[in-house]
Amino acid sequence: MFAYYLDLALHSLKLNKSLTALMVLLVGVGVAGSMVTFEALRVATGDPMPGRSAHLFVPQIDNQGPSNREDGDEPPWTLSYLDTRALLKAREAQRQAAVYAIRLPLVPADATRAPFTVKGEAVTPDFFPMFGVSFVYGGSWDQADANQGTHALVISRQLNDRLFSGRNSVGREIRLGKQVYRVVGVSRYWNPQPRFYSGSNINDLRNQGAEPDFFLPFSTAIAAKIESAGNVSCKPDYKGDGWGALLRSECDWIAVWVQLPNAIGVRGYHAFLHNYAAAQQRMGRFQWAPDVRLRNLTQWLDYVHAVPSETRVSFLFAVALLLVCLFNTTGLLLAKFMRRSGEIGVRRALGASHGAIYTQFLIEAMVIGMAGSLLGVLLTVLGVSGMGLVFQPKIARFVHVDTRLLGLTVLVSLVTILVAAIYPVWRAAQVQPAWQLKSG
Amino acid sequence: MLQIKPILAALKHHRVATFLIATQIALSMAVLCNAVFVMQLRLAHMARRPGIDAANLAVIHYRWIEKHTTQEGGALIATDLSMLRRLPGVTDAYADYTVPAAGQEVELLLLGLRHDQHAPTSLAEDYHADTHTMSTLGLKLVAGRNFRADEIEDIGDMQPYHPPSIIMTRALARKLFPGESPVGKTVQVNNHPSTIIGIIRHLQVPSMNANRIADFSVLVPSRLVSRQGNYLVRARPGQVADVMALARKALLAKDRMRVVSVKRYSDMLAKAYGRDRGVAILMMAICFVLVAATVGGIVGLANFWVGQRRRQIGIRRAVGATRGDILRYFQLENFLIVSLGIMLGILFSLALNAALMHHYELPRMPIWYLPLGTCFLWILGQIAVLPSALRAASVPPVVATRTV
Repeated sequence: MFAYYLDLALHSLKLNKSLTALMVLLVGVGVAGSMVTFEALRVATGDPMPGRSAHLFVPQIDNQGPSNREDGDEPPWTLSYLDTRALLKAREAQRQAAVYAIRLPLVPADATRAPFTVKGEAVTPDFFPMFGVSFVYGGSWDQADANQGTHALVISRQLNDRLFSGRNSVGREIRLGKQVYRVVGVSRYWNPQPRFYSGSNINDLRNQGAEPDFFLPFSTAIAAKIESAGNVSCKPDYKGDGWGALLRSECDWIAVWVQLPNAIGVRGYHAFLHNYAAAQQRMGRFQWAPDVRLRNLTQWLDYVHAVPSETRVSFLFAVALLLVCLFNTTGLLLAKFMRRSGEIGVRRALGASHGAIYTQFLIEAMVIGMAGSLLGVLLTVLGVSGMGLVFQPKIARFVHVDTRLLGLTVLVSLVTILVAAIYPVWRAAQVQPAWQLKSG
Repeated sequence: MLQIKPILAALKHHRVATFLIATQIALSMAVLCNAVFVMQLRLAHMARRPGIDAANLAVIHYRWIEKHTTQEGGALIATDLSMLRRLPGVTDAYADYTVPAAGQEVELLLLGLRHDQHAPTSLAEDYHADTHTMSTLGLKLVAGRNFRADEIEDIGDMQPYHPPSIIMTRALARKLFPGESPVGKTVQVNNHPSTIIGIIRHLQVPSMNANRIADFSVLVPSRLVSRQGNYLVRARPGQVADVMALARKALLAKDRMRVVSVKRYSDMLAKAYGRDRGVAILMMAICFVLVAATVGGIVGLANFWVGQRRRQIGIRRAVGATRGDILRYFQLENFLIVSLGIMLGILFSLALNAALMHHYELPRMPIWYLPLGTCFLWILGQIAVLPSALRAASVPPVVATRTV
């Protein structure tokens, strides 16, 4: 029976080729448009730390006062050195890490080679287990050393390849700026997108980018007065001069992350933050009531608008486009099916049931859907490979065609045609045989 | 025009199909208006000309490894620059912390007319300029004079600086002193008096996102001595690639203890505005497909209706309707359906714009987009229906006498 209906469908579709082509085109184009923009959105909104993002939290403390807020309602994204030190010392979370982005000139030992800039992060030791950074060679500096401010350094595998041709470089020396550091570990490729971890700069948050070249002990970076490569937001009347003043100031520039195992831990840490701010108020450092926030990674990315709005707007427009295509297809299917009222009447009069009519016309719609999905897949592949023209090349690099995307494209095409076909098929099945035969 | 009644009766008969077409026209209109608006915003942003001759300009970013005093750093920059200016193929060069139109956010200058003014008369952004800035960037002086060498000061990072004299763009001067000659006038720059000595025709501010003050640039006679900065180097036409390689080599040969990266200014501009270009292309593609889909839908359905009504058309023709009557019938029918869609579409457009404003910080769409969109869809509908309507008009009256 199926084969017969398929035959009927193909025959009917062949009868009016341009109408069939139009429907296939509408389904294909509508689906491809939404798939391409969806893929861009998926990359931009993807969970940078699958499995971890629910347990990583960003404490926010209002240390500049309500009157210094730019947008009116929330404490700063990052913390001052004072609060960072206090939270690290308190050890109230399972793990806690402080991070800030740094950029340093790397001076090759070979005097004939020009210095180049390397981008890295100043981190406390918990950073590695918290964010799942693992090592090819060596490992992290140990806690005791970090507290004394050694000149230990972890470099990325890529930098290791560049400097030491991929050989185990643990114990070798690298000059960054004026200081010589000793390599203690080489990290495996680690590049979560977006680059959320140092958290102070919206451009870093939005732009997909390369992995950090190196990790430096936080205490070393502070002791060596290495400035942040991200934003340092101070009160407008900040007049401090020099590194010591910055460390004592209420300027916010350090991202602090805490790992909390469960809801009880989250409540506990929130209470701790509140009490900490209250204590600062009693001490007279804050002249306002405690205002603290504790968001997990997913919530935090949402809060800071890590996804560029144009990506969402494009997706919205593409969905509207799919809707237009859907409405159109419904209209055309309706036209096509109703034109065959006579044929339906004859079939019904000869004994075909409602169900048989439903099956016949659904199969016809599905043939269109399949053809549309083929076209959709083709256009999606084209669109995704052309995405570099439209979105940032860096985003485009993380977008790729895989079976998941293609499967989704086919699925969306079939669902689209199914939704579009519901009403026309229903109408076709409602045709009254007697009336049709009489008027025919 | 007397045909409206039978058309309405016929449409009533095809309620669902009419509703489908009208709704998709409404959706199309909403997306078209908003997408064209977003595209236009991006194009307007891209169309801001930096006001300088962008070709043949190289930007050399440097970053010292050692920290220098302002005096040492100033001397290093001065010797670097004189070396760069002597390189073959170089016409001129100067140093600044930023580059025109493609830079990061910078601190704003507050300009006022009186000391201790409550609110500034205008905001502006500054460039640190020396005597070579004008010729390097290709700026046009329209009044007053350029800086003199003895006016240029070296200033350290974070050091408070109050320029005694400034050069500004014509647009900014007009805002500060409408209808007056600005040269020689005194303005308060961050609440310190400064004399306007020259006016340049046009120069976009450093930061690319300063939309409201895009042309409000100020040149201050100084050189910012910091750990890092840019040398802007103008090459003779066609020689920029050679100059870039040569300059990098020469700078590193002079002092290896720095990181030097060399870029073409036009590449920096293209990169900075790449996102705008991307969004504009995407919106254009969406509009194009949307228009195609809408036309396709109208053509398909009109075709079907004509086919369905062949007999009725034949009867009308047989009882005296002219070809023109039939043609106008279908044109009018399309006009009515499209108008229904447009009525809905205006609501949809406003709702979509409101949603975009609320969620994505888009500005309000100018109201004239709606009449424009209306006319566009009317015309589109008429074009889409024309082939079917012509086919209907050519149905011979004899069809009426046939049974099928």
